[in-house]
Amino acid sequence: MELLTVRIVEQECLNPTVTKMVVEHEKISIKAKAGQFIILRVDANGERIPLTIADTDPIRHTVTIIFQIVGATTKKLNELQVNDMIYDFVGPLGKPSEIEGLKKVCVIGGGVGCAIAYPTAKALKIQGSEVVTIAGFRNKELVILENEFQQVSDRFYMMSDDGSVGQKGLVTDCLRNLLENESFDEVIAIGPLVMMKFVCQLTKEYGVKTIVSMNPIMIDGTGMCGGCRLKVGGKMKFACVDGPDFDGHEVDFDEAMARNTQYREFEHHAYETCCNLLKKEEDHA
Amino acid sequence: MPNMNVKRCEMPLQPKEVRSHNIEEVALGYTKEMAMEEAERCLHCKHKPCMQGCPVSIHIPDFIEEVKNGNFKEAYHIIKKTSSLPAVCGRVCPQENQCEKYCVRAIKGESVGIGRLERFVADWARENLQEENVKPVLNGHKVAIVGAGPSGLTCAGDLAKLGYEVTVFEALHVAGGVLVYGIPEFRLPKKIVEHEVDSLRQLGVHIECDSVIGRSETIDELFEEGFEAVFVGSGAGLPNFMGLEGENLKGVFSANEYLTRFNLMKAYDENSDTPIYRAKKCVVVGGGNVAMDAARSARRLGAEVTIVYRRGMEELPARREEVEHAMEEGVEFKLLTNPTRLFGHDGWVSSIECVEMELGEADASGRRRPVVKENSEFEITCDCVIMAIGTSPNPLIRSTTKGLETNPKGCLIVDEKGMTTRKGVFAGGDAVSGAATVIQAMGAGKKCAQSIHEYISNLNQ
Repeated sequence: MELLTVRIVEQECLNPTVTKMVVEHEKISIKAKAGQFIILRVDANGERIPLTIADTDPIRHTVTIIFQIVGATTKKLNELQVNDMIYDFVGPLGKPSEIEGLKKVCVIGGGVGCAIAYPTAKALKIQGSEVVTIAGFRNKELVILENEFQQVSDRFYMMSDDGSVGQKGLVTDCLRNLLENESFDEVIAIGPLVMMKFVCQLTKEYGVKTIVSMNPIMIDGTGMCGGCRLKVGGKMKFACVDGPDFDGHEVDFDEAMARNTQYREFEHHAYETCCNLLKKEEDHA
Repeated sequence: MPNMNVKRCEMPLQPKEVRSHNIEEVALGYTKEMAMEEAERCLHCKHKPCMQGCPVSIHIPDFIEEVKNGNFKEAYHIIKKTSSLPAVCGRVCPQENQCEKYCVRAIKGESVGIGRLERFVADWARENLQEENVKPVLNGHKVAIVGAGPSGLTCAGDLAKLGYEVTVFEALHVAGGVLVYGIPEFRLPKKIVEHEVDSLRQLGVHIECDSVIGRSETIDELFEEGFEAVFVGSGAGLPNFMGLEGENLKGVFSANEYLTRFNLMKAYDENSDTPIYRAKKCVVVGGGNVAMDAARSARRLGAEVTIVYRRGMEELPARREEVEHAMEEGVEFKLLTNPTRLFGHDGWVSSIECVEMELGEADASGRRRPVVKENSEFEITCDCVIMAIGTSPNPLIRSTTKGLETNPKGCLIVDEKGMTTRKGVFAGGDAVSGAATVIQAMGAGKKCAQSIHEYISNLNQ
């Protein structure tokens, strides 16, 4: 079999649990638009996982992904170094974010979701929209992309759960203040499901259209498996072909949260096994 | 003197108690002796009725004659002239509704085991022949194929033999389409698919995996890159659900998801990183081959399995052989039963409510329409439900290509030559017909290869 491997050209640890990786892929670097994702496999026995495209450089032919180490696959991916190869790298998948015509937008990123919010904020800035960004993190240690966001935002607010950086509080606290005083064409919220759920509850009160980016469990990413199905406006939608962006006021977040835990037990076990294997390798080395 | 036994030579099978615990192939294939004995049953009818049932027009009595005489190599060459995937077809074609249906021997007894013989010949060739696939001389014309499933691979093979430079774009990380993600190892070993794909590569066909046409590149871009025609064999795509309450509970899967995890991602193997839910009590909804595959896969992962189907045994659309194998492996059938809703506990499915059905008047398909029996609701306790009730065409290609018209179901509309409403774009397989069989898709791929050849020849006159 011909293998379609891609080479890693940069690898950077953004915080203890989040890694940035830049890989070479000419076609995707030219084609990808904000909001789209890729699917990769780390090795021959690897599972297919979706990751949002964090940035592209069509001149250097590179694509950036940013991921949180949550399970066995992201753990293995994190072990790879510059010049190592990733087995499969497919994309760009999903519909690009629809940002045309938006004049003033509030972009909200929560935790590693900031990696997905950043390309959208950047695209908005490039088309001349006014961008107000709120980034929320648990604490100072976990902050990512601060400089990048500042460069593409007209105003930038940082929130943290413990007050160790920015203001103490949730992104919704900051958003409520903003909504009291100004209006937005749209709010774009990307982060943990629970954050998106509460952002949507708030914006509904104020009647502001809100787009969220969903990241459910997927296998093929082309509309075949139906694993990524969600209830949106009472109808079944597939995140990979109908999304990943959806009208947040229509998404059934509680169901999505339940569905995302489908393989938790297996994942936990796989993660432990993977850690043990890596530990053994270290011991031998 | 032909062998006048009314029964065909039996196919050796893995014992049922053993096979429901492994993923090895169930049917073991004929030995040389069995094949030659079965070939003796062919009467070599002058008008070759069997051939009219074959979507790719294999010269059936001719290859059987060679098997009878022990000339397996010659038999293989006869099959290969018209079929590009014989080892696959010999296993998964519904021969009883095709070639074997027209066999004269079926009038008084069982038809000749044409499928079994085809399989024997293909397997013998794979094990004994060093295929000298000479690359044909290129004619300077390029054709793109979307999807490396049965229709795309067939179309690619036929065009390559005619001298075209063919590139197949496949969305997944391996070629084969439904042959690798859908049909399980125990029915179609993946090494057989790999072998068939390799022989296409030897013919000079390029296969580009990880390429999702519509996203990675559009059909318009393929034309800009110099492809003169495109064949779309992108398959059926989106899995159907019933729209029932509780269908999004955890533990409820489409057959596509369950089978993709089981087959493509090899989730039965502990070295695979892909998880699969190991159910204790699994209900599979549907009565087609996909339902049988899902049920038998779940069985192999240790579940007690019940198939729920709204019509009766006679109406089951799955192949008889698959139904029998499933029953032998301990799959329970609840026929004339239709699900109405799913109940859950802590977010996981815990039971499925069904109603009993009875058969009324025949509907448009000629099958008797199932009607709900009043007050017949009952529950089946389960921790997993697999929906195997068909698929709808994937919207990716039609939504990213101008000028491609579809019918209300979303299937691509083609003319009698297989050309879509867009000039130079041909299509076949499930993308056109909706969910159908491997061999029908191959037939469409074959027809389109011929049409593409005519189309490009006319363009360049």
